[in-house]
Amino acid sequence: MDASLILLALMDGVSYAALLFLVALGLTLIFGVMRILNIAHGSLYAWGGYFAATLGLAITSLALPPALGLPALFVAAIIIGGLLGTVLEFFLLRRILDKDPILQLLVTFAAFMVLEDLQRLIWGVQPIFVSDVVGQLGTLEVAGVTYTRYQLLVLPSVAVIAFLGLRWFLRKTALGRQVTAVTHHREIATAMGVNTNRVMWLTMALGGALGALGGALASPTTSFTPGIGAEMMVLSFAVVATAGLGQIGGAALAALMIGLARSFSIYLMPELEVLMPYLIMVAVLLVRPEGLFSTVATRRI
Amino acid sequence: MKLKTLCAIAAALAIGHGAATAQDKPAELKIGISTFTSGPASVFGVPGKAAAELLIDEMNKAGGIGGVKVTPIFIDEGIGGDKLLSEYRRLVQEQGVRTMLSAISSGNCNIVAPVAEDLKVLNVMWDCGTEKILESKRYKYVVRTQANATTEMVASVLYLLKVRPDFKTIAVVNQDYAWGRDSWEIFLATLKVFKPDVKVVAEMFPKLGASDFSTEISRLQALRPDVVLNTGWGGDLDTFVRQAGQRGLFKQNVTFVMPLLESSLERLGGAVPEGIIAGGRGDHYWAHPETRDDPKHKDFVAKFRAKTGSYPIYPTYHMAQALVGLKTGYESAIKANGGKWPSPEQVADAMRKMKFKAYGREITMREDGQGLEAQLLGLTKRHPKYPFAVIDQMVLIPAELVTTPVGQQSTTWVKSINPGLAKVLSTDEFKPHDFK
Amino acid sequence: MPSMRLAVVVAVLVAAVLGVTLWVPWLKTPVLIALADGLAVTGVIVLIRAGQVSFGHAMYACLAGYGVAFIGRALHLDALLLIALGTVAAALAGAVIGMFMVRYRGIFFGMLNLAFSMVLFSVLGKFGAVTGGTDGLRFDRPSFAGVHLEREGFEIALLALALGLAVIAGWAVQYYFRTVDGQALAAIKTNETRLEYLGISAKRVFWRAYTLSAGLCGLGGSIFALTQGLVTPEMGYWVRSGEVVFIAVLGGSAHAIGAFIGAFVFSFVKLYAAALLTAWQLVLGLVLIVMVFVAPTGIFGLIEKRLRAKPAAGHGGTP
Repeated sequence: MDASLILLALMDGVSYAALLFLVALGLTLIFGVMRILNIAHGSLYAWGGYFAATLGLAITSLALPPALGLPALFVAAIIIGGLLGTVLEFFLLRRILDKDPILQLLVTFAAFMVLEDLQRLIWGVQPIFVSDVVGQLGTLEVAGVTYTRYQLLVLPSVAVIAFLGLRWFLRKTALGRQVTAVTHHREIATAMGVNTNRVMWLTMALGGALGALGGALASPTTSFTPGIGAEMMVLSFAVVATAGLGQIGGAALAALMIGLARSFSIYLMPELEVLMPYLIMVAVLLVRPEGLFSTVATRRI
Repeated sequence: MKLKTLCAIAAALAIGHGAATAQDKPAELKIGISTFTSGPASVFGVPGKAAAELLIDEMNKAGGIGGVKVTPIFIDEGIGGDKLLSEYRRLVQEQGVRTMLSAISSGNCNIVAPVAEDLKVLNVMWDCGTEKILESKRYKYVVRTQANATTEMVASVLYLLKVRPDFKTIAVVNQDYAWGRDSWEIFLATLKVFKPDVKVVAEMFPKLGASDFSTEISRLQALRPDVVLNTGWGGDLDTFVRQAGQRGLFKQNVTFVMPLLESSLERLGGAVPEGIIAGGRGDHYWAHPETRDDPKHKDFVAKFRAKTGSYPIYPTYHMAQALVGLKTGYESAIKANGGKWPSPEQVADAMRKMKFKAYGREITMREDGQGLEAQLLGLTKRHPKYPFAVIDQMVLIPAELVTTPVGQQSTTWVKSINPGLAKVLSTDEFKPHDFK
Repeated sequence: MPSMRLAVVVAVLVAAVLGVTLWVPWLKTPVLIALADGLAVTGVIVLIRAGQVSFGHAMYACLAGYGVAFIGRALHLDALLLIALGTVAAALAGAVIGMFMVRYRGIFFGMLNLAFSMVLFSVLGKFGAVTGGTDGLRFDRPSFAGVHLEREGFEIALLALALGLAVIAGWAVQYYFRTVDGQALAAIKTNETRLEYLGISAKRVFWRAYTLSAGLCGLGGSIFALTQGLVTPEMGYWVRSGEVVFIAVLGGSAHAIGAFIGAFVFSFVKLYAAALLTAWQLVLGLVLIVMVFVAPTGIFGLIEKRLRAKPAAGHGGTP
């Protein structure tokens, strides 16, 4: 495999990893704060994509300036992700915080089933594809291969900005520090005066928006059909599990690892492509079940 | 409390239970139709259902089949193979349905074909393409009113050779499941008969429902094959075409062969460039060169557009073929039965010896239940009047040239095709028709 | 719950199921599928006893199913033998995987199971030349106890066998819960460290339970495969594993009979909701959410509460 093909595989892997990272980021954030694995997160990705496509179609049909296309994606994600995240948190997650973990998982699984059907009832079963944004930004050539600027520049930039932005938020702002505190120990944080209810709501809204953003950014390049939520769920879960639940920096590296593994395998051994994320997950979990980047927690008796 | 609940359940079931008794000239002819109304294949299933409703309505207005009204009962194949099986049997054993149109998915056809034989009900495979079912076993109750995968792939090879006779390299990007794999196997085996030295530069099988082909497209750009085959459909094909367009893959000197592109043309709109070899799994197209001006066809297209807002695509034509074939079969069986209502076995038998015509050329049914349907292939072209690409330079390839003979296996037959067959495409009979 | 009363109830249910399916023939398929699901769910209930949930146990049903298909196609063995072999294959796989699986608890246990099941799912889908790919493998109807039967007869025989196996499995699991091993298993949930202090190896207890659960899932998978005559990778998809856990909680994970109650309710709601509404996921999802808040002990928990004055120690209660 010569240098130019390696470069190509790298670029394909990075743009795929960017989307994966955004979705995984939301998932791991929610787990960190609420200690619940939100299985409905995959549906948020799907709803983000569908809603963004709907907004895109509205922009065209209302003859609004096409330059609104790209910002519309972000607006769509924030609206639908924030809304669904809030609804899930308020009606479901808040009320199962102290229940048996098995029941917690099942509630989010049930929410996933409900959201899948609702999505099908709202948007139907025909594939939806609104790609004007990509066309607007044009293409560029690397090593004799044409890439879209959207894929090569926009997606990774958004992922990097999201990552840095979230880190800055968690470390440097008061609200962010409160989120970190709740992540470490909810009870003590409450005892110290942190409004944990508000923190949890914020986290779900933010996590939901990130998941939806993954979908919204994927929608100009991908056809959205029923079932896409289930697939993204298990993939983003593979990223989060590999990185370590609640690890944000780790999620970026894990997403990159899985994205690159996938794109390299398409060049070298195409048959293994679908297996790669899960093989990596098994390998990591067997050796380090807490994930690659987590700190070992002391056991409480 | 338990006993009461049990009695209540038993009573409820008793009300729903109906014995399946054979009748002479029933009050209505119930037809079970399985189609995808959920899941990715609903892009075929929903138009197929709309066509069925439209056509059965018209059929009933003209007196139904043999004077009996037709009542369709739809099953969603999207509920999964095991639930489909339960529903199928429930319709047969509880509601007395003796005629089934099933299925779209080859996997589901594989499940229901033996069940139809067991239950002794007529099963018309109205859309699934797998040639293996009728080739592996002699069925009494199972027929297919359309062509199969072999016919479609061999015809595609012939058209490709007509359009670009001197290519050297080929790559394939197919969905990774039975159809994607089998269609490539047949295509390549046939191609090697005419071009033994053809070089396959890449074989890529992204999984069914993949949402991103950018790595596959990068690889194709790097390898620069002369021809790329993609037998995908639905969201997968849509995504591939759009992403390929965004990445400028269509600007390279590559000939794309997409045998199922017809079903995506309207949806893809301006994203389809010119010069792609497009097929529609048979000789049907709303602008079919021989039947476009046929009043019945024009009427069907107009009514379908009024009902669904879109032009008919190949599953709707397959549904039409199934219904027309069914009607012809019943009428033929009634005649052979001296005017009395026939059993499913008699209809299945009649359907093995008949010819019928829907909205394309006449289809001949063979003794093994396989229908002989010509294949329409052409090149995409942009037309000022339509916001989507149309098919131009259409050639109709007769079924007899490209269908596995009775009793043979496709995988062996394609290897024995006479290489001289390619010359037939340059004869006058196969002059391409323009889109009008 | 007094065992005499339970035995009578079970006998009545079995007779009712047999009677109804003989009277209404098309019910055989959904009932068989419900029984197969129920058997798989008893496996999951064993794990829930230890406070652990696996989001990948459908892989054992899937493995057993493919085992049945491969052997059925290659050797054309009798159905009874196929079921036995499928179950053994799943149990063996469970024993092997269990060897490193039992080191994990909680979310990590669930995740690792999920990871394994997705690897199996992807492999089955990808290597189609051997596995039939995403369309799966078909196999012909085998003989039953040496006799070649038509579809009707075969299904009646299979149904009777499945009912028998369901009763035996349910009884066996309940018996297992009462043994030292089973009580130790419950202790893994409440206080594993104390168990170790007693000198009992939690890992070994859990490993035995894991193997048992894999075998039960395999038994369910074998029966499912024989009912359908077709095995597909979907049998091992993560959503399917989630449904199995769903059924366990729906029916009531405290007692093995909850597995079957849950499986029947799930199967029939799915069938009718799909036929009437095409939104069965919505219906079932809402049902589960309501159940978790209103009746976390499942349907069986509700029934049990109504039939007894006060709960007996060691049985029932919150899972």
